[in-house]
Amino acid sequence: MDATVVRTGTEGKTWGGGNQPLKSSYGKMMMWFFILSDALTFSGFLAAYGFSRFKFIDSWPIADEVFNHFPFLHGVDAPMYYVALMTFILIFSSVTMVLAVDAGHHMKKGKVTIYMFLTIIGGLIFVGSQAWEWKNFISGEYGAVTTEGGNILQFVDGEGHRVKLSEIAVPIQGDRIEHERNNGVWFDAGRDLPTYSLEEVKAGFIQNEDVLIRTQTLTEDGEKTVLSREESLMKLNNEAIGTVEGANLVQNEYGVPLFADFFFFITGFHGFHVLSGVIINIIIFFNVVIGTYERRGNYEMVEKVGLYWHFVDLVWVFVFTFFYLV
Amino acid sequence: MAHDTTQHHESATRRIWIVFAILSVVTIVEVILGIIKPEFLTDTFLVGMRLLNWIFIILTVYKAYYIAWAFMHLEHETKGLRRAVVWTAIFLIIYLVFILLTEGGYIYDVYKSGYVAWDF
Repeated sequence: MDATVVRTGTEGKTWGGGNQPLKSSYGKMMMWFFILSDALTFSGFLAAYGFSRFKFIDSWPIADEVFNHFPFLHGVDAPMYYVALMTFILIFSSVTMVLAVDAGHHMKKGKVTIYMFLTIIGGLIFVGSQAWEWKNFISGEYGAVTTEGGNILQFVDGEGHRVKLSEIAVPIQGDRIEHERNNGVWFDAGRDLPTYSLEEVKAGFIQNEDVLIRTQTLTEDGEKTVLSREESLMKLNNEAIGTVEGANLVQNEYGVPLFADFFFFITGFHGFHVLSGVIINIIIFFNVVIGTYERRGNYEMVEKVGLYWHFVDLVWVFVFTFFYLV
Repeated sequence: MAHDTTQHHESATRRIWIVFAILSVVTIVEVILGIIKPEFLTDTFLVGMRLLNWIFIILTVYKAYYIAWAFMHLEHETKGLRRAVVWTAIFLIIYLVFILLTEGGYIYDVYKSGYVAWDF
């Protein structure tokens, strides 16, 4: 029998067979390769964002002006403070997660329970914060006018402070009637009426003589271009076709609509990961509580969901940089 | 694993808190730089990008390194697994980003100086 055994001369070497070259369990290794593929998906999205941004490099919205809200501080310009806080919360929930994994290595059920619980709370706060960011972004703050070419015209006063549509629009009595589905031929509703019509904004603009128009175009210093009064009047009269309030997938009062599309898509996809991470964490939490892993003799499941949770944090570090900082 | 001594345990926890401190400090530095935007950093360009943006990206990769190595325990995995995960991602991401950003810059030039009208 011995004669039929082929000896390769690699016995005992790392890849010689019959051992575990990666010294990792099946579940953990597959979690790593899932994370790798998910990382490539996210980098595909972020690279597409970079592509669009380079395409509109001289007219991209300035993130500091878009995300400047902080809870309970109305009208205070707080650029990035809230998103920095969200980043901290997520990093901290990563810390509690890794502490849970560490406690699991030592079979300390009580500690694993507490740390898993804190991780879940951190995740929930993060998802809630993201929902709040979305709400602010969707409802908008100042409003703007859109042109035929799809550009955005915003209003500023003489000192460069933004002016809201509600501050300049003059109410005009007219026959602005919402087209509802009950009086249409095909039972189709028309678009919702904007809060202010273009005519009201135009009339208000003529009355407020110190108000100027700010275009999307960035200057050399990375600030938005402010037109002179004459240029502003000409631009508004010749090119404006409607008003925009807030942001959605079609229109965006902050500038290029693609910015809003990518914001919704990338932070939405990340938020979905956080949400699913929280749900998986909750399942594992209850398994810890009822002693499943104590009986199994190891807490490797905690380690595996931990990997996923850290990955969500890792992605957020990049989203934070490319959406809010750069 | 379970047979680790208490001393090992304490050093592992200590490492976690040190990494947390590093990540926090780097995030604070990023936010402060993002709010102040020092002029000498925004006015200096390096390979087509502002120096400030390069700093942000380098700090981000630095944070990612700590998350992956310390929190995800890559430092305790075998070289084979670590390289399979890290180099695959780094190679493909750099490749994709290079191609898409080059193309984006090219389209910007076409819009700006070519014969394409897009603002009516």
